[in-house]
Amino acid sequence: MTLMQPVALDTPLLAVRGLTKRYGPRIGCADISFDLWPGEVLGIVGESGSGKSTLLSCLAGHLRPDEGEVIFATEDGPRDVLQMAEAERRRLARSDWAFVHQNPRDGLRMGVTAGGNVGERLMAVGARHYGDIRARATDWLGRVEIAVERIDDRPSAFSGGMQQRLQIARNLVTGPRLVFMDEPTGGLDVSVQARLLDLLRGLVREMGLSAIIVTHDLAVVRLLADRLMVMKSGRVVEQGLTDQVLDDPQHAYTQLLVSSVLQV
Amino acid sequence: MTDYNFAYLDEQTKRMIRRAILKGVAVPGYQVPFASREMPMPYGWGTGGVQVTAACLTPEDRLKVIDQGADDTTNAVSIRKFFQRTAGVATTEATAEATLIQTRHRIPEQPLTQDQILVYQVPIPEPLRFLEPRETETRKMHELEEYGLMHVKLYEDIARHGHIATAYAYPVKVEGRYVMDPSPIPKFDNPKLSDSPALQLFGAGREQRIYAVPPYTHVVSLDFEDHPFEASKAPHDCDLCGASDSYLDEVITDDRGSRMYVCSDTDHCRSRRAAGFIGRLGTPFATEAAE
Amino acid sequence: MIRVSNLSKNFTLHNQGGTVLPVMRGADLTVMPGECVGLIGASGAGKSTLMRMIWGNYLAASGSIMVGDLDVVQAEPRQIIALRRATLGYVSQFLRVVPRVPTLDVVAEPLLVLGTPQDQARARAADLLSRLNIPERLWSLSPTTFSGGEQQRVNIARGFAHPYPALLLDEPTASLDAANRAVVLSLIQEAKARGAAILGIFHDEAARAQVCDRFVDVGSFTPKPQGAAA
Repeated sequence: MTLMQPVALDTPLLAVRGLTKRYGPRIGCADISFDLWPGEVLGIVGESGSGKSTLLSCLAGHLRPDEGEVIFATEDGPRDVLQMAEAERRRLARSDWAFVHQNPRDGLRMGVTAGGNVGERLMAVGARHYGDIRARATDWLGRVEIAVERIDDRPSAFSGGMQQRLQIARNLVTGPRLVFMDEPTGGLDVSVQARLLDLLRGLVREMGLSAIIVTHDLAVVRLLADRLMVMKSGRVVEQGLTDQVLDDPQHAYTQLLVSSVLQV
Repeated sequence: MTDYNFAYLDEQTKRMIRRAILKGVAVPGYQVPFASREMPMPYGWGTGGVQVTAACLTPEDRLKVIDQGADDTTNAVSIRKFFQRTAGVATTEATAEATLIQTRHRIPEQPLTQDQILVYQVPIPEPLRFLEPRETETRKMHELEEYGLMHVKLYEDIARHGHIATAYAYPVKVEGRYVMDPSPIPKFDNPKLSDSPALQLFGAGREQRIYAVPPYTHVVSLDFEDHPFEASKAPHDCDLCGASDSYLDEVITDDRGSRMYVCSDTDHCRSRRAAGFIGRLGTPFATEAAE
Repeated sequence: MIRVSNLSKNFTLHNQGGTVLPVMRGADLTVMPGECVGLIGASGAGKSTLMRMIWGNYLAASGSIMVGDLDVVQAEPRQIIALRRATLGYVSQFLRVVPRVPTLDVVAEPLLVLGTPQDQARARAADLLSRLNIPERLWSLSPTTFSGGEQQRVNIARGFAHPYPALLLDEPTASLDAANRAVVLSLIQEAKARGAAILGIFHDEAARAQVCDRFVDVGSFTPKPQGAAA
């Protein structure tokens, strides 16, 4: 039931220009510019405090940047998200966008059943037929490899990996075009991570999703991201094709970062 | 007659409450914050409703107070006495004779008129509270009309019980805009909220909120296309007056589980019996009156 | 199909005092459709470096690398992504996959990203895996658990799944037994026959002689130590 939205390939889905966020005298992120193209997965790496999470929050509308533009290719043409009224931005956030939190507790309603969690986004965009909502929730639980018998269980009874997969189902059920992910595999066992990465890769491919993934895990971006941005002290120090940045890093910091990791 | 200002509250406070009521009337279903006062009764005893009633009462009013439909329960009796003492207004148990009715958890069976005000006591005014504990977030949801969450609650009901099991405080949408908690009235009463000729006011004392449904306002109970709203009641007739269309209380009559069903609206039941209707266990009204 | 002109490459080691290592100067080569060109030269002469530059994995300092009508040196990441998806294939010496993904899907993936229906992509993958003698009982397992030789054959199957017009092969026959080596060589011959331009590194001289039409000595592109300081 996935819909491939017709997107003009010569227009970026997201165009970010000069994005800057300060915390008083401190820089959160400074002068960030990039284009994200339809179907592309962009990884943002850097150590803690490098500004990658600040940047993601600014892009997703959770934080208000001080300067810059975030131009999204809406159905009605390119629009600066930062200039939108809040109602419109939130509507975008629950239809065209999705946000996968590192901690599934931040992205799920722990007191609501798995089916209700997946159905909420459908109901938020106007679905009012219980049978249809349940059928789509069932379909999505299957797609994220959660046994359908668990549809009426609460996520508090799920393992960490299942919770994260449920969060992904909840986010993708409305067929968004852009997914923000904040350390989506953080806090999971290695084998569970692998399963999640495989799932994400398949969904990105099948749904033609674009995604921005913030992580400090170079192995994750190597497997998921087409392109990579390396951040340090709030600035982008290097960007390019993921394997090019990892295998032939140009900037001193990237070289240090890559050489500090066990073989990925 | 009394050392209290008319209806207990001082004039400034009543004015402040009236302003909140006017705003509520102007924006049907919207929860207006107000500076709720300490009342000489505990929270949960209808302090919100009492303040709204106090702000609306005039010396010419005739007041009726009901608790779960009954005029003779503790809560109803004490509030009625409170206003008899502090406002000296006339009181009545007859719905048709009252100009102002304060209620806890029911709407009278007798249709209301445009000369009447119905004041509801509200424990929790926020219908979204069940799923979203953050007040800042629920206000934002009302502001932006993001009400998908309300249906999640109904979804959960059906997922667990096979049908919408919410039986009271059933959420409604007012005039196509605000989602509102109608206070813990049984969902049987929900249809009476809509297009009523009477002014309906809601007061929550502890939560400091007032909201309103002005006369002839459209009120719709939320539901799903394949699980439509149903104003259900116990599938029985009143054992005293035989009414088949009124909301019933179940009364256990002995230790062996025998039970009877009686109208929750005591005035309605008495009026019917006075008019000669007799239910399964009822006796002619005149007999009882003669005792 | 592949035309490399005046290509140079340095490595700058920022964390070792900013040492600049020039590793390639004035590299030129051409591979025509239907042709297989072998890169030769001593170990460390830069054969793999050159391959990786054509693949877009290493950045060039100057020069141009035309694959079809795209200059990889100047191209934007998304153009290189598109190039790798449809036009340029690469069989490296290492298999890099998400653990847990079944071998059949690993091999089918290049077709799936191009939108080939799943059953068709899997049928092609199954065909290649059988030809390369990977027992069918292993297809549903992740290749991460396989032996080195099996992993390499999976990697080759994956590289040949889609009929790329241009192919880079880095030691495709290393560590294969004679039977499998013959299969790989016939895959290369078939690719040439359909017009693919192939650039390869083969240490195995017999294999090299069998499939390569010409050789290019990468040693001639190695900068003289003296020139490094300049």
